[in-house]
Amino acid sequence: MYEKHVLICAGTGCISSGAIEVQDALEAELKKHNMQNKVRIIMSGCHGFCEKGPLFIVFPEDIFYCEITAEDVPELVEEHLIKGNIVDRLLYLDPTTGQRVTSHEDILFYSKQNRLVLRNCGVIDPENIDEYILRGGYLGLKRALTMDPFDVVGEVKKSGLRGRGGAGFSTGMKWEFAFNSQNNKKYVVCNADEGDPGAFMDRSVLEGDPHAVLEGILIAGQAIGSDEAYVYVRAEYPLAIRRLRTAIEQAEEYGMIGENILNSGFNFKVNIKEGAGAFVCGEETALLASIEGERGMPRPRPPFPAVKGLWGKPTCINNVETLANVPLILRRGADWFSSVGTEGSKGTKIFALTGKVNNTGLCEVAMGITIREIVFDIGGGIREGKKYKAVQIGGPSGGCMPESHLDLPVDFDSLTAAGAMMGSGGMVVMDEETCMVDLARYFLAFTQNESCGKCTPCREGTKRMLETLERITQGKGQEGDIELLEKIATTVKDSSLCGLGQTAPNPVLTTVRYFKDEYEAHIFDRRCPAGQCKELLTYYIDEELCTGCRACKKVCPADAIEGEKKEPHVIIQEKCIACGACLDRCKFDAVKTK
Amino acid sequence: MISLTINGLNVEVEPGDTILQAAEKLGIRIPTFCYEPELSQVGACRMCVVEVEKARTLVASCCTPATEGMVVQTDTERVFEARRANLSLLLASHPLDCLTCEKTGSCKLQDYCYDYGISESDFKGERLEHALDDTNPFFVRDMNKCILCGLCVRKCDEINGAAAIEFMNRGFDSKVTTFFDDPLEESTCVFCGMCVDSCPVGALTPKESMRGGRSWQLSSVKTVCPYCGTGCGLELFVRDNQVVGVKGDKESPANNGHTCVKGHFGTGFLKHPDRLKNPLVRKNGELVESSWEDALRLVASKLKEFKPSEIAGLASARATNEENYLFQKLLRTLGTNHIDHCARL
Repeated sequence: MYEKHVLICAGTGCISSGAIEVQDALEAELKKHNMQNKVRIIMSGCHGFCEKGPLFIVFPEDIFYCEITAEDVPELVEEHLIKGNIVDRLLYLDPTTGQRVTSHEDILFYSKQNRLVLRNCGVIDPENIDEYILRGGYLGLKRALTMDPFDVVGEVKKSGLRGRGGAGFSTGMKWEFAFNSQNNKKYVVCNADEGDPGAFMDRSVLEGDPHAVLEGILIAGQAIGSDEAYVYVRAEYPLAIRRLRTAIEQAEEYGMIGENILNSGFNFKVNIKEGAGAFVCGEETALLASIEGERGMPRPRPPFPAVKGLWGKPTCINNVETLANVPLILRRGADWFSSVGTEGSKGTKIFALTGKVNNTGLCEVAMGITIREIVFDIGGGIREGKKYKAVQIGGPSGGCMPESHLDLPVDFDSLTAAGAMMGSGGMVVMDEETCMVDLARYFLAFTQNESCGKCTPCREGTKRMLETLERITQGKGQEGDIELLEKIATTVKDSSLCGLGQTAPNPVLTTVRYFKDEYEAHIFDRRCPAGQCKELLTYYIDEELCTGCRACKKVCPADAIEGEKKEPHVIIQEKCIACGACLDRCKFDAVKTK
Repeated sequence: MISLTINGLNVEVEPGDTILQAAEKLGIRIPTFCYEPELSQVGACRMCVVEVEKARTLVASCCTPATEGMVVQTDTERVFEARRANLSLLLASHPLDCLTCEKTGSCKLQDYCYDYGISESDFKGERLEHALDDTNPFFVRDMNKCILCGLCVRKCDEINGAAAIEFMNRGFDSKVTTFFDDPLEESTCVFCGMCVDSCPVGALTPKESMRGGRSWQLSSVKTVCPYCGTGCGLELFVRDNQVVGVKGDKESPANNGHTCVKGHFGTGFLKHPDRLKNPLVRKNGELVESSWEDALRLVASKLKEFKPSEIAGLASARATNEENYLFQKLLRTLGTNHIDHCARL
């Protein structure tokens, strides 16, 4: 009988900040004290609070330690596990109150969340099917197998669940189309090709609760009349792939996957297909082409995959998070599910909160929560007390929401109306020091790089937009550039073949819409208000601080710095090319910008 | 039948027909680069976009099936501006050397720029610099002119079956090339030339046609390919009584416009000094030109000098099936079964 359980987060984030070293140290330390049979170590999935990893939680008392290193382990064992004293210095420090917090429930990052899809992430051992089953796992499948497939489709439709991968299409309707397609072979495809920069919702679900996704896939298969699924997952997610593979093996062993599942006569097979890392393969038709061994390029719809999908057969494609919602809907009912969220957007959404907030990480919130609550409560506000400027929602396809939109409810329709989109749930917070033109340039560089090259507007249009934005950030903007950007953006949005192109201009359009003054400052005043665009900065030397060490003079490639040895130096503005070399070189912080 | 409205006009089409086919039925012209009826429709060039009521974005008419009650507009400002911008985007990375370009006069990019009033691109920026590829004996590839419509890729894959070329790289760096970007000669290419025929711009030019004349200076002569018994229809382009180009005849039921390397590029013999234009008869050990009448008379008289079993005939693959049939009939009438065919050798 174990006296204590120690949960160590083994998500990719915590592993990269040293969770495995912590595990090794703990195992060694327990052995030293001969406590292997008293303390059980559980390597869990992602807890979401990656900013503070590695996380180390002790049960049953639920004490939340964060930023633990292997060196901290002997003290934790000695003080907490043996003597029962809480190690105060390793507790979470609330940045607003300055107080140490013992339980994760008292941390604003967690208390504002509504963890339904992530209910098991960070709680169970993802490599142990029993733990999933003990938490009610596979009950949804069991119920579905006793129902008429059409009623399962109806239940999902009634729940109001919408796709979590980007466009927010009704999941129930998608299932209904696939259900109605008559064919002797149908496929379920799970889209785990999560590609938005900084987004890792799907990875965390696969790593932390792979059986939830499998159960969702099985229910989808039973509902639409399919007997085979593919999970298309990026090869860059090795841990997710490993845990999913383990989960499939265990589910097969338990008779959840295979022939005559739970004596219902339902047969099902799950395959994993590893993607080679193209953003466009997250687009459903490109994804199907990729599974088929073709170049990952989208094709026109109709026909939709529900009618003609993988190898020409009706195919139901849902993303990881969508499928992870399904077992809950079947287990607890559509009415329960639709009681969470807003009128048009039911349930919760997981966001990957990154950027200039205090608490970066993964959070799951009920639809309808405001941006303000996410950024300031869950996110703990802006770092270093700086001013909030905007949040980029929906990754490279999304848009930037300014301060005036802080109270915008986060749901599918409100975001689309404001020019952004839910996307897969990336949320990048920016402060006053982020240049919005440079931000648009960054996202356009991404989409141009990831455009498959098939259709003219996306291939050529994103390139010309990117070039224009580069020009503006380099101080070479011209009158008419904003109009030119809007013109190309309109064409790309209106005439591109797939969702990638149709949404690629969103970062440009929203920044022009909400931060036009920044564009104008770059173009007309040759000034970057956020002080980020190197070429637009004016460099000068603070005479008080300059020691005349000549280091800057030596490094200047344009011979723009003059001054005698041990005398304050001066930058000749006419010669300065604003490369910033002097600023990097100066040891006395004497080189300033304005 | 499906009934829809295009520009306020009603039209009925078969289920599965596209908006483009419906528009064609009404005589409404819609520009296309990547569309060819015999190939799969990819909707890549976006020139054929039209406005469909209730659709969120413009839709590609070449690959969107017409549906009952659909309301389509092909000539609104929104459509015009999108097509114009896409043309302008294509032109931004396309050389403007129309004065010397072989394709001038039969170039779709040129035609549409004329239609949409574009003399130069609205956008300036980087251009990819591809080296001219003229290593194969048949045609020159100038990838700087390629607009990536992909007709050549699909022609090669879906019609020929060689699948020698595909897209490589992504985004702006995309290009059409062979496996590992090897020279065409080292690929599975069989030089049928169908990619050349389908190219809407000047990216692929047959060497035999270079400096041969502008499209409007050429006359077209339809003929049957002399190389084999298939009897493919060819369209010859002629200037000053000289053949300067060949293309498959789309109206020929034998080949629907498809060609092989011989029919497409094997015209060198036409103006070769060794080409036989009249029968030759051996006189005093030397071959001398003769008329068909004399030659045939000579053959007939010689045939009489032998017993039927001493006569043999060798038929030719260059003759048609019908001709080969008649030839064996002739030999059998003479009383011999000694008939063979060059294709057996």
